[in-house]
Amino acid sequence: MVIGDIERKLRLQNFEYSAPVTVKEAIDLLAGDNCGARILAGGTDLIVQLRQGHLSTDRVVDIKRLPDCNKLSYDPSEGLILGAAVPCHRIYGDETIVKTYPGLIDAAAIIGGIQIQGRATVGGNLCNSSPSADTIPILIAYRAECEIAGPTGTRKVPVEDFCTAPGKNILQKGEILLALHLPSVAKSSGAHYLRFIPRFEMDIAVVGAGAYVELDEEGRSFKKARIGLAAVAPTPLFAREAGDLLQGKEVSEASIDAAALAAQSIARPISDMRAPAEYRKHLVKVLTKRALWGAVRRARGEFVPNAVQENGR
Amino acid sequence: MSATSTSVNGNGKYKVIGTRPIRPDGVDKVTGRALYGIDMNLTGMLYGQILRSPHPHARIRGIDTSKAAALEGVRAVVTAKDLPPAGADEVISLVEGTFRLTHLRSNILAGDKVLYQGHSVAAVAATSLHIAEEALRLIEVDYEILPDVVDVVAAMQEDAPLLHDDLTTQEFGEDSGKKSNIASHIQFKLGDLEKGFAESDIIVEEEFNTASVHQGYIESHNATAEWKTDGQLTVWTSTQGAFGVQKQTAGILGIPVSKVKVVPMEIGGGFGGKIPVYLAPQAALLSKLTGRAVKIVMTRTDVFQSTGPTPASYVKVKLGADKTGKLLAAEANIAFAAGAFPGSPIGAGAVCVFSCYDIPNGLVNGYDVVLNKPRSAAYRAPGSTQVNFAVETLVDEIAEKLGMDPIEIRLLNAAEEGMRRVDGAVYPRIGCRETLEQARAHEHYQTPLTGPHRGRGIATGFWMNAGLKSTVTASVNEDGTVNLMEGSTDIGGSRASIAMQFAEVLGLPAEAINPMVGDTSSVGYTELTGGSRVTFATGWAAYEAANEVKRILITKAALYWEAKVEEVRFEDGDFIHASDPEKRLSFKELASHLVDLGGPVVGTGAVDPDSGVGGSFTTCLADVEVDPETGKVKILRFTMVQDAGTAIHPSYVEGQMQGGSAQGIGWALNEEYFYSEGRMKNASFLDYRMPTCLDLPMIETVIVEVPHPQHPFGVRGVGEASIVPPPAAIANAIYDAVGVRLRDLPMRPDRIFSACLEKQAATVAT
Amino acid sequence: MSRKLYVNTTINGEEIEFLCEPRQSLLEVLRDDLEMTGTKEGCNDGNCGACNVIMDGVLMNSCLVLAAEAQNRNISTIEGLATPQGLHPLQQKFLENASLQCGVCTPGFLMAAKSLLDHNPDPTEHEVRHWLAGNLCRCTGYDKIVRAVCDAADVVKETA
Repeated sequence: MVIGDIERKLRLQNFEYSAPVTVKEAIDLLAGDNCGARILAGGTDLIVQLRQGHLSTDRVVDIKRLPDCNKLSYDPSEGLILGAAVPCHRIYGDETIVKTYPGLIDAAAIIGGIQIQGRATVGGNLCNSSPSADTIPILIAYRAECEIAGPTGTRKVPVEDFCTAPGKNILQKGEILLALHLPSVAKSSGAHYLRFIPRFEMDIAVVGAGAYVELDEEGRSFKKARIGLAAVAPTPLFAREAGDLLQGKEVSEASIDAAALAAQSIARPISDMRAPAEYRKHLVKVLTKRALWGAVRRARGEFVPNAVQENGR
Repeated sequence: MSATSTSVNGNGKYKVIGTRPIRPDGVDKVTGRALYGIDMNLTGMLYGQILRSPHPHARIRGIDTSKAAALEGVRAVVTAKDLPPAGADEVISLVEGTFRLTHLRSNILAGDKVLYQGHSVAAVAATSLHIAEEALRLIEVDYEILPDVVDVVAAMQEDAPLLHDDLTTQEFGEDSGKKSNIASHIQFKLGDLEKGFAESDIIVEEEFNTASVHQGYIESHNATAEWKTDGQLTVWTSTQGAFGVQKQTAGILGIPVSKVKVVPMEIGGGFGGKIPVYLAPQAALLSKLTGRAVKIVMTRTDVFQSTGPTPASYVKVKLGADKTGKLLAAEANIAFAAGAFPGSPIGAGAVCVFSCYDIPNGLVNGYDVVLNKPRSAAYRAPGSTQVNFAVETLVDEIAEKLGMDPIEIRLLNAAEEGMRRVDGAVYPRIGCRETLEQARAHEHYQTPLTGPHRGRGIATGFWMNAGLKSTVTASVNEDGTVNLMEGSTDIGGSRASIAMQFAEVLGLPAEAINPMVGDTSSVGYTELTGGSRVTFATGWAAYEAANEVKRILITKAALYWEAKVEEVRFEDGDFIHASDPEKRLSFKELASHLVDLGGPVVGTGAVDPDSGVGGSFTTCLADVEVDPETGKVKILRFTMVQDAGTAIHPSYVEGQMQGGSAQGIGWALNEEYFYSEGRMKNASFLDYRMPTCLDLPMIETVIVEVPHPQHPFGVRGVGEASIVPPPAAIANAIYDAVGVRLRDLPMRPDRIFSACLEKQAATVAT
Repeated sequence: MSRKLYVNTTINGEEIEFLCEPRQSLLEVLRDDLEMTGTKEGCNDGNCGACNVIMDGVLMNSCLVLAAEAQNRNISTIEGLATPQGLHPLQQKFLENASLQCGVCTPGFLMAAKSLLDHNPDPTEHEVRHWLAGNLCRCTGYDKIVRAVCDAADVVKETA
């Protein structure tokens, strides 16, 4: 017997709305309540999940008025500070970032449609902690770190350690992701993210692969490489060994194929409405190869258009 | 921009027909003023919500609504108990067929059992949408879960879980008395099948499966109802047929049709899916209990999980041909997933399966099968696309085996006037051959396709089209314009095409006609907007109304000149005194004198042309590129050729062809109801994956005009046949590109990739 | 029930005040409370674009914006696209090209196309398709929509 086993769609319970202007105020709001307060940045995941009943809350804390969360600044020695409430369109609207972090643009410019990118944030994409999140693999590849503020102070955590399960992450009660820090990129480096989807836009990644590579000055061999994967495990994956395999190796079909196979070996995808597991597993190899080659070509100064350059904005 | 639309029309016979005026309702629709069903807002209106079953199959042991009813802001809760009981033998006759009233009622509010995930169980009215939603969570339903079946072949097996205790198979129209999920078995026979296959030099036989797909209209189902204390019920809704809603709502509620007025609002797409009622009866019951208007709008999830997918299908086809490619014998076994209640378009599927070809010997068996999915609804050429996918793939295989051009083999066998179809019908003048010839002559077909992993496919399709009843009333205004009241809801520009046919008769500019869609109390009986019938039948009614206006105006002109009626003739838009050509009045001039000529001029057209009116044929060309590493298909170029009879407003004819093509492409590649444990898992636009504009190229169109022999302007319906051939054309193109035959829809990337892998393995093995 | 919030915002150039529950979306307030039903609801989860509005110059799905977030914003909806002098070139070209059939997606497409031309006055066909990929139309196959947007771009350029 099942009583009241009701899978309700569209149930937006009532909640309080707050839009604090200081981080302390925000932390107090998040730490103070008994039930789960939720952080609102772009809202493109949160509002949908509240409506569908996947999440519940008694308070929504809008962080878009926090100056720390709106920072978007680049310094050649410090790297990129990307505030957690910065929407995607601001990222790809910044020419320096488009030039310096093309892999980030690859990801930021394919989340939903234009109208989603007007709201959605990379920080929100990370905190939503979906295994299929498009920006996480490339953040991992770029060796990005999370700047987290909480009741007991701030801490920094590598992106690859952030997600813990589908929809879950290391944020504790009262904590806020303030910003992401992407280290500056080396000379002769390149990055590329791509995903597979059945349509040409709008879908959730069936598999995603992001790669960052540093080559020697001639562009012939790898100095280092980092690979991140989406939608092939309960969390986005850092394919550490696959990247390490390339260190010191000549850039070749053979070395890249070997790295792709290594990436494939750690993938443990599921079968669901978006694709069968076996097919996903196959795609990991294909996409890792393509992402690595894209990153290599960029590192060599070749033009590999990102979504903005390809589609106009 | 690459391609342009071309039209083979221009017979020069007409002044208004064939031109492209701006649609009369256009400005309202580009400024946001047009009011759709979802836009209804009445004073004091309450918001309704429906509680739906999370289970595909379960017995309802009890429903406790007390907590919901007690919630502040909740005004009423209803369940199946609030519907009148129906006898097992009570039936209701609709255009789509005859249905048992018990089935219609239990689809509106489930009685003792829920039969699919999303089945309506209870309805709530509250002062706000959010309160109504909260109330749903407080309704407690005690379910006893039953085994479910969502696969059509599995549902046909003897040991399958039965949905209805009282359903027995109708064998060729006779009750077999056998309890089964097979609601009916129909059969068509022509010639001597065994002889046909015996004489064949080449025989192909394969099985095909297609998934349930949804019509995918952007406006959700909605209904606003107000049941007044005098017993009069008004329903405002988005529907393809106000009279059909009237009949269904009255039948379900057990009240006379005269007590129900249905006001058709602007409709945000339908494609067949907005023929059944889903919400009006519940809104009416809630309104009756509360004394207030109640509005219910479905969520998108509800639209997918509770309303009309087109049937999933299993189709097995066997074709035989001689060495020259002449088809000699054809056999089909077709099973359609009707959903929770009988009534899939199996009849149409059985008619359409071999409808494009002249095949002397044929046998078709069709099965209407109930299973634990939403009750299926019509979807653009209902039943034809599923069967076409099978036949058009096999015709391609025969052509390949014989080394024939795929268009030549189709031309060799093309259906012609006088041909007897497997269901016994004999074709009048039709344009099957012409669409093939135009496709062959098209620059698209004449231009070789180059590049790796690219392929071209072709397929031909058919839809029978409908006639049915339509009414138009025209009133002449003193400024020379005409108000045209018609009963067909305008789903894609039909106000324009109806007005243009009226204008043509009287030599008026299209802009002088002001067409309006009436409600069930203000216009004569008109059947649904469907079956590609509106421009055909309601246009015919407009033609009749215009002729009546003309006849009356001739008498008025005679009165004006104090002449005999026989002395007045109508020519080139003018009324002329036959013996005194100086005396000449334009329509506008005569209209301005009407106040002194004995009162208003009103013309009416009420028609009921035969259904099965000859049908419309389409041929399409698809160029694709397949990524062999991922199996993903890109449509490079797409051309649709259709016989429109006569294109009234060519832009909207092209629009139908392009829209049908896009839906066919979606059906071919990605769209499906993805089931797991009896539940649809992808009930959102995100995961249902309809084509976006980035998934499609420009869709080139060629309008062929083989005039309908009976229609006054030669119109054939054009609304549906374009959805039929795209899946087969794309399957044939994929084969041309990478050498694999796909026999299941959708042809998802993973399926194409797997097929490529298997082919590789087979090649290595040999 | 949590208390209602007071919101002061600008819609189509006019200052507007309203009260809303925190859980109400901007779309809901526009349609149900302000009776501006030109902005349509197609899916209520950000996947069809029928509810597109432009907020502070940025195209958004109003179903994914809380009404409370509209405080001190500048919002454009379909109701503000035409002027008393006439239709916007996009609207005119949609009519001339027969770019709508049922028309329910049209307001969203027009707002998205307006936003495109604001950002990119001379888009290629591919750029138009890409920008409009977040808007679903089930009637037209998009052909005539894309043509209308390209045509309108030409008009806007000439009159600019």
